[in-house]
Amino acid sequence: MFLLSLLSFSLSFLFPGDQLINISGQINATPEQLSLLAEQYRSHSNIFQQYLAYVDKLFHGELGLSMASQQPISTEIISFLPATIELSIVALLIAMMTGIPIGFIAAIYHRKMADNIILSVSMIGYSIPVFWLGLLAILIFSIQLGWLPSAGQISLLFEVEHITGIQFIDILLSDSPYKWQAFQNASSHIFLPACVIALAPATIFVRLARTAMMDVLDSQYIRAAKAKGLSFWQMIYHHAIRNAMVHVIRDVGLQFANLVTLAMVTEVIFSWPGIGRWLIESISQRDYTAIHGGLLALSSFIFVVHIITDFIYAALNPLARENKHGS
Amino acid sequence: MMCFHKKRLTSLFLLCCLASLPACDGDGENKQSLSKNSIIYCSEGAPESFNPQTVTSGTTIDATSNQLYNRLISFKGEQNTIAPSLAKSSHVTRDGKMITFYLRKNVAFHQTDYFTPTRFFNADDVLFSFNRILSIDHPYHHISGGKYPFFQSVNFSSVVESIEKINDYTVRFKFKYADSSILSNLASDFAVILSKEYADNLALKNQQHKIDTSPIGTGPFKLKEYRPGAFIRYAPHENYWDKNTSLEQLIFDITPSNTGRLTKLLAGECDVIAFPIAHQKIKSKAALKLEAVTSFNVAYLGFNTQKPPFNNVKVRQAVALAVNKKAIIDTVYRGKADIAHSLLPATSWAYNKNILPQPFDIKRAEDLLKDAGFPQGFTMNLWAVPVQRAYNPDAITMAKLIQANLKKIGIKVVIENSLDMGTFLELLSRGEHQSVLLGWSADHLDPDNFFTPLLSCSAALSGNNRTFWCNDEFDDFIQKALKTTNISQRKTFYDKALAIIAAEVPLIPIAHSKRFQARHSSVSGKLLSPFGGIDFSEVSKN
Repeated sequence: MFLLSLLSFSLSFLFPGDQLINISGQINATPEQLSLLAEQYRSHSNIFQQYLAYVDKLFHGELGLSMASQQPISTEIISFLPATIELSIVALLIAMMTGIPIGFIAAIYHRKMADNIILSVSMIGYSIPVFWLGLLAILIFSIQLGWLPSAGQISLLFEVEHITGIQFIDILLSDSPYKWQAFQNASSHIFLPACVIALAPATIFVRLARTAMMDVLDSQYIRAAKAKGLSFWQMIYHHAIRNAMVHVIRDVGLQFANLVTLAMVTEVIFSWPGIGRWLIESISQRDYTAIHGGLLALSSFIFVVHIITDFIYAALNPLARENKHGS
Repeated sequence: MMCFHKKRLTSLFLLCCLASLPACDGDGENKQSLSKNSIIYCSEGAPESFNPQTVTSGTTIDATSNQLYNRLISFKGEQNTIAPSLAKSSHVTRDGKMITFYLRKNVAFHQTDYFTPTRFFNADDVLFSFNRILSIDHPYHHISGGKYPFFQSVNFSSVVESIEKINDYTVRFKFKYADSSILSNLASDFAVILSKEYADNLALKNQQHKIDTSPIGTGPFKLKEYRPGAFIRYAPHENYWDKNTSLEQLIFDITPSNTGRLTKLLAGECDVIAFPIAHQKIKSKAALKLEAVTSFNVAYLGFNTQKPPFNNVKVRQAVALAVNKKAIIDTVYRGKADIAHSLLPATSWAYNKNILPQPFDIKRAEDLLKDAGFPQGFTMNLWAVPVQRAYNPDAITMAKLIQANLKKIGIKVVIENSLDMGTFLELLSRGEHQSVLLGWSADHLDPDNFFTPLLSCSAALSGNNRTFWCNDEFDDFIQKALKTTNISQRKTFYDKALAIIAAEVPLIPIAHSKRFQARHSSVSGKLLSPFGGIDFSEVSKN
């Protein structure tokens, strides 16, 4: 976090233009406003003082104004970040729910036909670039078949009040008579982009789950279970899956960073009103305050997800907890 | 056991997801009820303002004029004649220097979250709306920049002497001189009526700028929500004075990308889209309809009538006979235009149906050239700019086609296309060219807008008349046509003026381009008119 803030602080010096304007986004400021800003950011003190002033502003949630829209960056982030969180979580769930079971199947049928097919298909899935897959999905499912919508988070017909920003929760909180239709409409909107994002991480989960399962199936306690006379499927259900899952969960956090990157590109293709699209637009508009605000928000988000998955891993795996106590 | 719980939860979620998917297609009469009476229009851009007085961009006009506002008078019908709107009748004095408008009673302004009107529309609102434009001292004149481009271009402030309130429902416009195009200007999409009461309320709160961003009008729809660059949501105006709309919601989904709009149309996310591409694809779907309307513009080939050889009318006539307009329409416009038989498009009320199409006749052209003393032909230059215009998508290709046409009668055409737009117009106004490919988009529906700026003697003096053609008889007719307000009288004058153009050929009208729109066949009602913005007031869904 420290490094991150240091990096984003130095960005305001590296971007072309006046550092004070880069950091505050006040492009139309009068000389009085500028001198006030200079005082706030302690521009005349040494660099360390300036950094402290900057971090102080960060802790108060002040990220300056967007150079393009002149809106506070923090409100823009709050309005765009939840849509990305929603999309990423749904994509992650889809990736896990498809990838992990398939990986287990591959491990169970290790070196057999099913294993080979799954491995080669997942290799293909992993190598398809996400922007191409997104366009292909729109072409097939939206244009040719007309099953799923191609753009946006929900049909504009539905008015959903922005409460948490997470569309599904907002819909459930709203008291509109069209609540359930709105819910269905939102699910049909999220399905296609989420599947597109989920494909590459899902193939990673296939490999992770397969390796984890193979390790577990090799272990002593499985042999013990076999010796106790459990049937093969009983053994898989009661012992193997649970223990293999623990290993997979450990890597979810790592995959999440990858997934968010994919989500950024996908948001542009599916016109998803998330932070990725906003950030890419800001980059093309040279909106420096937005770029560094968005960068901070996204990295903090990924950081938080890492911590959460670590906690879940620790909760699930007694070994990890004991290790920590021991060391 | 925690992971089992998690798995159960996630599989539950998956089930929910899957269960909801097929449901969106078939299920739910309620869904129908919401989308049945709502229209989503995918527009090509975001409006700059919600007050059409302050802009000229078509995108803003589309989003505001006909949806949010009304005008005193408006254009109606096939021929776009002037019809009553907020003024239920009007009276023009014999000398054309005074117009009295008798206003409609019980016309309500929008009631919204930000404003609740306490009175109906009256003369004060008319005075407010126009004095804001006319008077530099008006407290609202300089709000939003003080620019009223349309009104400046038609010299509104130099024509209008004063606007008087006779009583609450009678307003009189006094003019410095008679100008029969003034009615067309007042009926144009720009001359909307704002609420004075709302302006006064804003002034009290010191929020004057909101008059153009949070609009209040008398139109069939009111603004409910605008998310800049994303969408505009309109609700019907319950107390609309005219026929109420059957729609429950009107949404402008702002989609600047051409392919994005097409995708949304094909995927059923938009009911209507602006400026569609891939016309063949749209036509091939039974559920979609492609419509076109001929715009109020003209592309022409103009001759510099002051310079030889085009000071000779026979040479001009010969060239006119040798140009294959049909081939130009097919190649340059790909069929997205009508052949221009005269300067005026067929949708103008002054259009003369009796004008015969210009024949394509090489033989007669050669004879005319011989008569004119050019049996061997000659070399001429033809100026064109490689900039896409509304009336001409590709002037260079058009120039090449004309080059090939004229080669057949022995005229060698040198295409001059190396100039940038600024120099090009500058040199044209000095008359450096021999012939030029140009065009004209009308500012309003009055036919005069095609004659005076393009071919009058005064325009020849200022250099705006690129043909430098000055015909006293022609000038006389178009002047007379402006001095009277009797439509049939005006039409006879314009018929005579058109006949002079046809005989003298100072320019060859080539094409009137079209504006396109695509919609789902469930959407019915008129949307486009040849001039001005889109209009959703008569649209319904079934």
